[in-house]
Amino acid sequence: MNLFQFCYGLIHWLVILVNHLWYWLGGVLPGALGDFFTGIGDLAASDGNIAVFAILLEVIIFVIIAFINVLNFIWLDRKFMGRMFDFYGPYYVGYRIGGWLQNIADGMKLFVKEIITPAKADKAGFLLAPVIFIGSSFLALSTIPLGSNFGVETSAHDTGVPGGALIAFAFFAIAPFSILVAGWSSNNKYTLIGGMRSAAQMMSYEIPLLLTVASVFLLAGSFNFNIIIDAQKDIWFAIPLFLGFIVFLVCLMAEVEVQPFDLPEAEAELVEGWTTEYSGMRFGLFMMTSYLRAYIGGALATALFLGGWHGPTLIPEPIWFLIKAYAVFVVIEWARWSLPRIRVDQILNLGWKRLMPLAVVNLLIAATFKTLGWF
Amino acid sequence: MGPQHPMTHGLWNLRIKVDGETIVDAEPEMGYLHRGIEKLCENRTYTQIIPLADRLCYGSSLTWSHLYCLTVEDLMGLEVPERAEYIRVAAIEMQRIASHLMWLAAYAADLGTLAGFIYTMRDREVFIDLLQALSGSRLTYNFPRIGGVAHDVPPNFERDSLRACTYMEKKLDEYDQLFEGSKVFMMRNEGVGILKKELAMNLGVTGPPLRASGVNYDLRKDQPYSVYPELDFQAISMPDADCYARYKVRMDEMRESCKIIRQAVQKMPKGKWRIVAPRNGPVGTGIGRVEDPRGEGMMYVVGNGTPKPYRLKIRSPIFVTVSAAKQMLVGYKVADVVAIMGGLDMCIGEADR
Repeated sequence: MNLFQFCYGLIHWLVILVNHLWYWLGGVLPGALGDFFTGIGDLAASDGNIAVFAILLEVIIFVIIAFINVLNFIWLDRKFMGRMFDFYGPYYVGYRIGGWLQNIADGMKLFVKEIITPAKADKAGFLLAPVIFIGSSFLALSTIPLGSNFGVETSAHDTGVPGGALIAFAFFAIAPFSILVAGWSSNNKYTLIGGMRSAAQMMSYEIPLLLTVASVFLLAGSFNFNIIIDAQKDIWFAIPLFLGFIVFLVCLMAEVEVQPFDLPEAEAELVEGWTTEYSGMRFGLFMMTSYLRAYIGGALATALFLGGWHGPTLIPEPIWFLIKAYAVFVVIEWARWSLPRIRVDQILNLGWKRLMPLAVVNLLIAATFKTLGWF
Repeated sequence: MGPQHPMTHGLWNLRIKVDGETIVDAEPEMGYLHRGIEKLCENRTYTQIIPLADRLCYGSSLTWSHLYCLTVEDLMGLEVPERAEYIRVAAIEMQRIASHLMWLAAYAADLGTLAGFIYTMRDREVFIDLLQALSGSRLTYNFPRIGGVAHDVPPNFERDSLRACTYMEKKLDEYDQLFEGSKVFMMRNEGVGILKKELAMNLGVTGPPLRASGVNYDLRKDQPYSVYPELDFQAISMPDADCYARYKVRMDEMRESCKIIRQAVQKMPKGKWRIVAPRNGPVGTGIGRVEDPRGEGMMYVVGNGTPKPYRLKIRSPIFVTVSAAKQMLVGYKVADVVAIMGGLDMCIGEADR
């Protein structure tokens, strides 16, 4: 039984339960009104509608998993940073579970803070930017499966979302647009420079990123995450496409905007970059979403290069997947806390002169393997 | 950028005109931290000014109180006991290391390396602890006196200093790996913020920025004061004139400082560490020049026969160095501002006075 069948069954059971009410109303009420309620009952019980609700339920389950993971990620980030820098990290709030509750305490603090909209800000853009940023990130998440039977699926027969990887990367790449909107609408010189830098940065990393991903598609022969991961049953793509994996990780760091590439934020020169004018929970959501993006990045690297949920069967599939995603996250954080920030013109050089040729070479390697019939 | 901006390290304003991300004009503005210390000094007795001189620079307070004592000793014509000179030199070099480490921490944080920030601040503690053992406080020491130093060295000071030097030399190699081993750090520093040799000399830039421009000018060598002539060390200079050269000069200076501390604590003779200074300054003038961690610090005092100085003039190295900002900044990117201005080791306390 996969997740879709589970959700379908659950929704179906709920609909039957509620339909007792609609059919009873249809029985006791006279004429057109009774027919109306009977119609609602029939509509709700139709196959297509239950499927839609089942998919919604799946997405909600994935969002909840993502939220828990984000809390874990922030905690892991702080702990790891603490160990790197000779201190303990979060400790007091919930010290029996290693200070894990500190994130929740911080979130509560942000919730009660005042939300300020600058007087000269463009209200619509200022409000819309967080929505786009957070929404696109969650949507990117929704197509990545955690296990062979544990992922968002559209019907009982399919496995995975058709073209899911493309959808994930498309939504993943929307963020710079929302950053630009946020930077522009805040009406502040630092946010504006931050937003523009985000757009310039996207030029440099997006193409090598997608070229390395294309090599994976080439080897697996599909855009579907489930098929890609099943193709890595014997050997992870990170081994034949080692070059591509490195390029992918570097581009991923640029995509999730961590330290060597966090130009739009650039604390030292742009105060807080494009989030300067955001306060309270809006800033909190931005920060949380940036960790969510790190989680998506780890999940994408796991699904495309590190064999997804494949591993010794001792541990359940989703746990394998999460362990790998966490490992990728820790590597990213390691680089993040030990490297200086790169300059805005240098990232263009890096993207176009270094990463792009490497990505093309990687694509050629993948094509060679495919032609030789090894995959 | 400023006065409240993470780049500024203090309270000053840098007006920058940008074309896209490229700087076309820059103008530093000072005066946000003006406390009128020169005027305050005219209403204090000579002894009371020592803690005030400490407050000139929060990064390296000891050099400034030392400079003040040198100046007043020149005015009064005092001969300081040799032991006091050695204690002073050891303390100043510790202060120089602590100051350079603080600069490195701020510089690393500016460039985005949090690891560099935390590690340097951690190792700075070693020297702060030594200075605390010596003087009793951790930031503004109030340690030198007119005619010597406040206390003799604490027990085991020699052993602790030697240990600290060994530790520091090991850590400096680690920093080399952390910073120079990082390609990104080199990309941010090499060829950035070039200040030509002639321009640097004409603008009156002193200290590490001048030495990084290829001028080997160190007051400890060229106009020796205290017991520096008896110690074996080198003045560091680099010809490249960019941010990396400034970084390298400071790193090598820390190595030289370790050497100086070693020699100073080992050569330290027995004897008195303080002589009693007269209460009233004579009618006349006194001048003192020292090599501050940030450049050449100079004080000029005019005495009029009363317990209070008639006038005290302070020459701040940073006030002069920051005026070279425009020549260094124009043509580079906004992101280079932090590297260039951070590389100067700004300390607004002494610049605004």
